Amino acid sequence: MDATQPLLLAEGITKRFGALAANDHVDLRVMPGEIHALLGENGAGKSTLVKIIYGLLRADAGRLLWQGRAFAAESPRAARRAGIGMVFQHFSLFDALTVAENVALSLDDAGTAKDVAGRLGDVSRAYGLPLEPAREVWRLSVGERQRVEIVRCLMQDPRLLILDEPTSVLTPQECEGLFETLARIRAEGRAVLYISHKLEEVRRICEAATILRGGRVVERCDPRQETAGSLARMMVGGDVPALRHDHMLAETPVRLAVSALSLPASDAHGIALRDVSLAVRQGEILGIAGVAGNGQDELFAAISGEVLSPSVAVAIDGVAMGQADINERRRKGAAFVPEERLGHAAAPRLRLTENALLSGHATNGFVAQGMVDRGRLRSFVDGVVRAFDVRKGPADPEARALSGGNLQKFVVGREIARKPGLLVVAQPTWGVDAGAAAIIRQALADLAEQGSAVLVISQDLDELLEIADRIAVMFVGRLSPAVPVTEASRESLGLLMGGAES
Amino acid sequence: MTLLEAIILTVITASTPLLIAAIGELVVERAGVLNLGVEGMMIIGAAAGIAAAITTGNSWFGVLVAILAGMALSLVFAALVLGLAANQVAAGLALAILGLGLSGVIGAPFVGVQREGIGKIEIPVLSDIPFIGEILFHQDLFVYASVALTAGVWWFLTRTRAGLVLRACGENHAAAHALGYRVLRIRLLAILFGGGCAGLAGAYLSLVYTPFWTSGMTSGRGWIALAIVVFASWLPWRAAVGAYLFGGLTILQLHAQSAGVPLPSQVMAALPYLLTIIVLVVIMRARRGGAAGPACLGTPFVPDR
Repeated sequence: MDATQPLLLAEGITKRFGALAANDHVDLRVMPGEIHALLGENGAGKSTLVKIIYGLLRADAGRLLWQGRAFAAESPRAARRAGIGMVFQHFSLFDALTVAENVALSLDDAGTAKDVAGRLGDVSRAYGLPLEPAREVWRLSVGERQRVEIVRCLMQDPRLLILDEPTSVLTPQECEGLFETLARIRAEGRAVLYISHKLEEVRRICEAATILRGGRVVERCDPRQETAGSLARMMVGGDVPALRHDHMLAETPVRLAVSALSLPASDAHGIALRDVSLAVRQGEILGIAGVAGNGQDELFAAISGEVLSPSVAVAIDGVAMGQADINERRRKGAAFVPEERLGHAAAPRLRLTENALLSGHATNGFVAQGMVDRGRLRSFVDGVVRAFDVRKGPADPEARALSGGNLQKFVVGREIARKPGLLVVAQPTWGVDAGAAAIIRQALADLAEQGSAVLVISQDLDELLEIADRIAVMFVGRLSPAVPVTEASRESLGLLMGGAES
Repeated sequence: MTLLEAIILTVITASTPLLIAAIGELVVERAGVLNLGVEGMMIIGAAAGIAAAITTGNSWFGVLVAILAGMALSLVFAALVLGLAANQVAAGLALAILGLGLSGVIGAPFVGVQREGIGKIEIPVLSDIPFIGEILFHQDLFVYASVALTAGVWWFLTRTRAGLVLRACGENHAAAHALGYRVLRIRLLAILFGGGCAGLAGAYLSLVYTPFWTSGMTSGRGWIALAIVVFASWLPWRAAVGAYLFGGLTILQLHAQSAGVPLPSQVMAALPYLLTIIVLVVIMRARRGGAAGPACLGTPFVPDR
């Protein structure tokens, strides 16, 4: 093949959803043997573009050239046959099926699980991606699941591999392993289209980048020649304010203490908490790092009161609260923001005022003599909306009408607005654009500076290194001792996330 | 024929329609669709089956019509839940009621018409073996068909690629779609299979078990079939255990009543339902981990395009 001919050329790709142009005359050129970054904020149109390339969506206008020939994937199957493989951000695996069954499903020519086992072994050895074919997927770690996805793509012998946010769920060490695999893939002359918002990573492994903003291509560059800051400016279209936060390491009073908390797993797929102890002091932010599914959800539920624990295991301001329900804990000055904003933190079909009532009815004086004080509720929501710059359209929309970033600002703002003495927040900026993330992180830092204790559970190690004063790591239900962020490194934390002894 | 032989034979006849209907519903649910209308499809099969058999004088033609009638009703359900992404619980309940009503209309002209039931077939030589010969090799074709159906569905689901694809649709329809499988088409085929099985089970009732038509003659067997699927953890062989357990208990309590067990007959009649559920729940609890149903069961799927 001619090395100067683009492997994939997209010209003028346009896709509208109603009034929104998700892709507006997008051009993209991917060369063979190239790791090409596709950068952009959430909602910039990256996912739409790759779905069109992979045949999941059809473009309204524009054309694709594949190895110089006109090409329009009618279906993912057609795309795979042409030589395009894709690894999705939200893993598209079948939890109850085995690794081999999952692989067999993605191969058009394969029969059943038995028929693919041999080839599966060959590919997984060749790329250094070890797998057990007979294991059910729900038993695998996140990193292992991604290996399954990558292996099943590689088994189709693709010319182009599309990876959507592949490292957002991996430990730093797992990321290194992935980069080595990608280097092998590139060395074989295959191309990779790499979607990410981790700019340092893109600078390291990609040699070309296309940057999308609001559905349009705003820039093309060689990321090796750029800085993370310049790439961020291209993505956001302006400067993202830097976080103002002085690390606090004083021996102030403990506001939240979890002592030797052990809880059995609630169901077959859950994680048991084992002897978890932590303390969050007044004025500090404690970060809990870890790969998803290592007990963070269970710990959050135990601290918030969704799951009760032995009374002394959870203490707020020195008072044993393990048997107290969530409202008693709120009255004691605690506030909680769970991970899932739509469905857990907010009820999708309820209005913002109603959602404010749901979490604040016990503490914010919204209810008098059994009647809801709507005026008070409305002025509370208006205050949150102003303070956190929530863009919401109509006066009091349903929660599901807000974009992810705006709803996240609302659910975090709703709790911070009552100046809680203790705030526990899970994944505060998951899937949120850079602007909203900056506002949320600043609000957390400000809250701590005013004397509250803040516990942040996050998978995003960079986020924790930025805002936390101390960081502890969760691994299969155990929590490591917290180390001051000034003494922590990505490498040491990454080892703990992978299960090394501290 | 000994009493034991007689009891076992009646147990088999009582269990067969449950097993056929449950296996059909099991396939539907493995594809991710909850069709609560089994009772309706079953009784429409019973009514259409006997109506066709009396009209044409051919019982086997009646069986064919019963299967087609069950499929036709399931097609209505498919149009609602696949075509319009309607709520599956509501659509299934509506289907059950619709089937009961329609069956009354179809069956009305045939009330009280007696018919010779479809007879048993005798397998030469083998049926002469004492005891097991009578039980295993002197049965009607439906009994053999129900066993073949169970084995076939088990083989299909665990050993074939098509079965793997069907399970994948029930497990994660979005991912199956992303891989390029036609989720709605696969679910349509599963629903039709379930409808056909329910119709066949109905035909067994009106053409073999009690070969005449009375309205409401399924008397809740469709609902029991649904319960069997859930408590059998969506596994074909365990569904067979559940069906035979229920069938066996139904017959045993009849014998116990006639033997004069001092319990009110209503309590006795309720026992099979209670015991079947208790036993299956115990089995389900004993096998921990991964015993949950298909992850997408009951959730509508709308491909974005």
